Amino acid sequence: MRSFYAILKRELYVYFSSPIAYVVVTIFLLLSGYFFYSAFAYFSMISMQAMQMPLASGINVTDMVLDPMFANMSVIMLLMIPLLTMRLFAEEKKTGTLELLLSYPIRETELLFGKFAACLVVFLIMLALTWLYPVLLWLYAKPDIGPVVTGYLGLFLMGAAFIALGLMVSSLTENQIVAAAISFGAILMFWLIGWAEALAGPALGKVLSHLSMLEHFENFSKGVIDTRDIIYYINFNILFLFMTMRSLESKRWRG
Amino acid sequence: MIEVDHLTKYFGPVPAVVDVSFRVEKGEIIGFLGPNGAGKTTTIRMLNGFFPPTSGYARINGLDVFDRSLDVRKRLGYLPENVPLYKEMRTEAYLRFVAEVKGVPARQHQREVDRVIEQCGLQAARKKFLGRLSKGFQQRVGIAQAILNDPDVLILDEPTIGLDPKQIIEIRELIKSFAGYKTVILSSHILPEVSMTCQRVVIINEGRIVAEDTPERLTGKDERRVVLEIKGPEAEVLARLRSVPGVATASAEAQPADHAGRYVVEMEQGKDVRDAIVQSIVSAGWSLLEMHMLRLSLEDVFIRLVTDEQGKG
Repeated sequence: MRSFYAILKRELYVYFSSPIAYVVVTIFLLLSGYFFYSAFAYFSMISMQAMQMPLASGINVTDMVLDPMFANMSVIMLLMIPLLTMRLFAEEKKTGTLELLLSYPIRETELLFGKFAACLVVFLIMLALTWLYPVLLWLYAKPDIGPVVTGYLGLFLMGAAFIALGLMVSSLTENQIVAAAISFGAILMFWLIGWAEALAGPALGKVLSHLSMLEHFENFSKGVIDTRDIIYYINFNILFLFMTMRSLESKRWRG
Repeated sequence: MIEVDHLTKYFGPVPAVVDVSFRVEKGEIIGFLGPNGAGKTTTIRMLNGFFPPTSGYARINGLDVFDRSLDVRKRLGYLPENVPLYKEMRTEAYLRFVAEVKGVPARQHQREVDRVIEQCGLQAARKKFLGRLSKGFQQRVGIAQAILNDPDVLILDEPTIGLDPKQIIEIRELIKSFAGYKTVILSSHILPEVSMTCQRVVIINEGRIVAEDTPERLTGKDERRVVLEIKGPEAEVLARLRSVPGVATASAEAQPADHAGRYVVEMEQGKDVRDAIVQSIVSAGWSLLEMHMLRLSLEDVFIRLVTDEQGKG
């Protein structure tokens, strides 16, 4: 446990003593802020028009602002999280510090979870700073609180899954660019794999749509908590953390 | 104590280390010597559990380095080649991190960090970023992290590479100070360093051990040749030298600018007839300007072993 905290502290120190965390968080906030602003402005324009035409109804702030805001934030995460995870193992492999680190009495699990937790903390800070948008929305439009909470829960689970995948890819290479590119590609693939549903047969199609990250996220942003979705993301995390673990251990048995 | 028993490592079909066996007793400092690419680092990486051997085994303090890796690593200090450090950290913060990871109890962190800073002379670098330190200081930080938590066994891979002569002497003194209470493997391809710090030398070439002995005995096996500088007619001097009983051969070397000649005399096995040679020269009325035993340097031993090995292959 002591090593876990040591790794966690060191990784957080690296994120915040270098520009990495500040740049990634800032860009994330700028982009998500811009998307929020345009959705909100568009919504207010539509609702002005709706007031003049009493027949038009059924527009609500959850569908028109929150839902797209969460969808947009998840897309920006897809672009940003590989940049947070790419250095975690690749950099240490390249500079040789991993060899020294592994000569200390440290378990692979402590190393892995220390790094995972540090990246998760940066991600949570990033996510926490977007609370401003729903709060602003609430001042003017009184949206339902439920979908806001579930939306954030969905983003958190999804972000953790991205980090687990990014960590695994980073443990396979010593080149950070390669790690980022592969993580980005793999996440996008998991994201969009459901698109092949229509082309694949009924059985395979169902499997593909169940594998899709997007599919499982949609419920959250609509305010629905389905255990299937939660289990999907938790399994995703476990699978990729397990594979990272194997990849770290492999050097102990690989010839 | 370190026991290495028939350790072999193949990378695919390429043998990196073949059938290496040696022992290091507790408190002993041994030099692990070999040209670049001889298999030193590969052997060391197997010792610290970085990768497993293809066959054979190694034990540190009686524990198998592979099966009991975690316990072995608790008592092991390691300095890898090229000293990989976290360049973005400050010296003290880095050492504190190492203390935490090595499992030093929280109350003793500061004391332990202070101790290694003191021992490695790092006071001036305490608050500096590791990436900004000179090579010598980085090397010392590397040694500091290795001796943190006072391990019984130290494995140092090329600890003085890239240092200036003064720094080399300092590091050498530091390593020498471990003699008697730490078991140390010092890998190097710089021979004087090994002969000055180590009680025993293991020489490895192309993945195999080619010699293992004390530096004195490795270099002292041929102490039968004497170099003389004598002022006198060359032919007569040579004849006179050959006539001394106990002298096996005598030969003249290239003449230096002044009129003294250089001669190499080989004495018969087990005989030291230096005094007889001196008397014979002086009684002939010539001046003896210089006389010394020709000792093989470790370089000579090394080159000879390595070329012998290639000759056999």
